[in-house]
Amino acid sequence: MDLPGIAASSEKAHSPQGLEQARESEEILRVEELRVEFHFPDSKVVVLAGIDLDVSMGEIVGIVGESGSGKSVTALSIIGLLRPPGVVTGGRVLFCGENLLDLGADEMRAVRGERISMIFQNPRASLNPVFSVGKVLREVLRLHSGLRGAAARSRAIELLSDVGLPDPETVLARYPHQLSGGMAQRAMIALALASSPQLLLADEPSTALDVTIQYQIIQLLSRLRKDRNLAQIVITHNLGVIAELCDRVAVMYAGTIVEEAPVGQIFDETRHPYTKGLLAARARTEGAGELESIPGQVPDMRNRPAGCAFHPRCAFATGICRTATPILEMSGARHKVACHRWKELA
Amino acid sequence: MISFVARRLLLLVPVLLGVTVVTFTLTRIIPGNPIDLMVSPLADAETRERIAENAGLNDPLWEQYFRYIWGVVNGDFGDSFVTSQPVLDDLTSRFMPTFELTLFAMLVAIALAVPLGIASAVWRGTWIDHISRLLAVFGVAMPVFWVSLVAIYVFFFLLHWLPAPQGRISVVVAPPDSITGLFVVDSLLSGNWPALRSSFQSILMPACVLAFAAMAPLARMTRASMIEALESDYTRAARAMGLPERSIVFRHALRNAILPVITMIAIVYGYLLGGVVLVENVFAWPGLGRYVYNAIASSDYPALQGFILYSTTVYVLLFLLVDILYVLLDPRVRI
Ligand SMILES: Nc1ncnc2c1ncn2[C@@H]1O[C@H](COP(=O)(O)OP(=O)(O)OP(=O)(O)O)[C@@H](O)[C@H]1O
Ligand SMILES: [Mg+2]
Repeated sequence: MDLPGIAASSEKAHSPQGLEQARESEEILRVEELRVEFHFPDSKVVVLAGIDLDVSMGEIVGIVGESGSGKSVTALSIIGLLRPPGVVTGGRVLFCGENLLDLGADEMRAVRGERISMIFQNPRASLNPVFSVGKVLREVLRLHSGLRGAAARSRAIELLSDVGLPDPETVLARYPHQLSGGMAQRAMIALALASSPQLLLADEPSTALDVTIQYQIIQLLSRLRKDRNLAQIVITHNLGVIAELCDRVAVMYAGTIVEEAPVGQIFDETRHPYTKGLLAARARTEGAGELESIPGQVPDMRNRPAGCAFHPRCAFATGICRTATPILEMSGARHKVACHRWKELA
Repeated sequence: MISFVARRLLLLVPVLLGVTVVTFTLTRIIPGNPIDLMVSPLADAETRERIAENAGLNDPLWEQYFRYIWGVVNGDFGDSFVTSQPVLDDLTSRFMPTFELTLFAMLVAIALAVPLGIASAVWRGTWIDHISRLLAVFGVAMPVFWVSLVAIYVFFFLLHWLPAPQGRISVVVAPPDSITGLFVVDSLLSGNWPALRSSFQSILMPACVLAFAAMAPLARMTRASMIEALESDYTRAARAMGLPERSIVFRHALRNAILPVITMIAIVYGYLLGGVVLVENVFAWPGLGRYVYNAIASSDYPALQGFILYSTTVYVLLFLLVDILYVLLDPRVRI
């Protein structure tokens, strides 16, 4: 199932030459037309209205968008952790060619951790408060690699020092409340990587941390890509993180991807009015890097606007924007945009 | 840890002192004259006066109080007006039957309520969740006394599965040699099968009746804290690591969820010590419940005060045990 034209380009923004070849040839994740609804007793709310996304070996794809646009739901659906009332109602999640949505619970569990892992926003809450780091690491190593005893211990120490934790032996015995946020996120990453997955989903991995620690975590993710050729989807509100870390960016709005392009193009050849708004909002809060709100209401998923979901907030909306939903189309070799008027506005 | 326990035990002193002030005052205020119990109704006023004088009932209250405290410090809780025995001996001999009954009840309640709570958290909204909610409502709504009578009617009178209320063991069976003071355990340890059979049959109904009442809050608490744990960030992260659901539920979630349940167990156990009064009366169980019931009915001040001191001590020790368990189970707890 190859879509022509998408993987054909050779331009890449921020990565060494050697990796690039491998990445071009090997696409590991392809999400097609992913639809997710939340089923409540009285209503159904469409939260993802058909998402298309692909990730190649060793590539880091960023997802940005306002709160509630469906970034976390996208990642949770990919790794099979979406829980009721959320339901995947359509589309495919192809991982190395295999549709994960067809897998049974046990097969999907084997994929989690071993092939795809995920880390979350609040690292300390993501570690079990009553278990030491070492205890959970040992459980994961036994499960995925069959390691026990001294072998497990030395592998655990190796993993912890891999993620830049000083003095890994003492960290093994530590409980989450004895770790700083940055250490906890590093420990989380070690746990996620314990069985060498090919894809890491990072849902706002640095948002809850101090600025300097944020930067270190970003550096770590960047290094993991280089050392292990680890593909990543990084969800963030922080355009600085995008610029620093990602090769490609998908901009989400109200459960759809409205623009997707290599990082350089997102910043320099912005096409979608919403992305422009995000960048402008960022310019207004110069230096902070966090997304400032752009004018207008975040759309209510229960009453999704007809036509282009962004039209009520869009300065350029015309008749067609209110009636027809724009599709995500190629607007350049590697640039996709979902806007009726992108050509006129360019 | 040792100094923590020692400090907590030291705390027992002011607590108990406070309790004695309250109980002493209360027992003197509530109506009912103990002299009526100590002398024959036919005795003349002079005899009554002499006996009251001897018992110290005519002295000023503060003097009576200090005499009482002095006695307590020396292990003398006074003599029961009713049994004429030292109250401490009475309490000690009745403690074990009550302890055996409530322990059994608690074990049955835990063994049923915790799995039920886990199941209704894991499969919430399904039939098992509804059944467990229904059981909880019944357990709370139905008076223990009434449940006892229904149980006797059904299991003794209609079905003949269990013996009539007969106390701890049938009168025709010799009690087991005393090792722990718990009949079921002692007869098991000494291999005394007739005693085991009879004591087990005797304890089954009252223990299950008590357990039925105790189950409801335990199951609800287990369910609530399991749901919280299963929805937590750390179980989501554990799932993301590919850990099997068995480990998620029984290791990662349960190990956290059990902490509030332990507190609830202690609270429910305290509640059980209250509920046991009625059950012991219905089942002729020779325990503290019956003793204190009689003490209340006959204004037996020394017995009442002794009982309250005794049960306060039990509560304090119980919650000390809970705190020790927390220290052992929750690395965040500092001592
Ligand atoms: N458990 C849930 N129950 C009901 N609705 C939910 C639930 N989880 C998510 N949603 C809905 O799905 C939509 C997308 O949520 P999602 O968490 O993916 O947003 P997000 O882009 O990750 O936002 P944030 O930046 O705040 O993390 C939101 O509108 C939210 O209302
Ligand atoms: Mg999110």
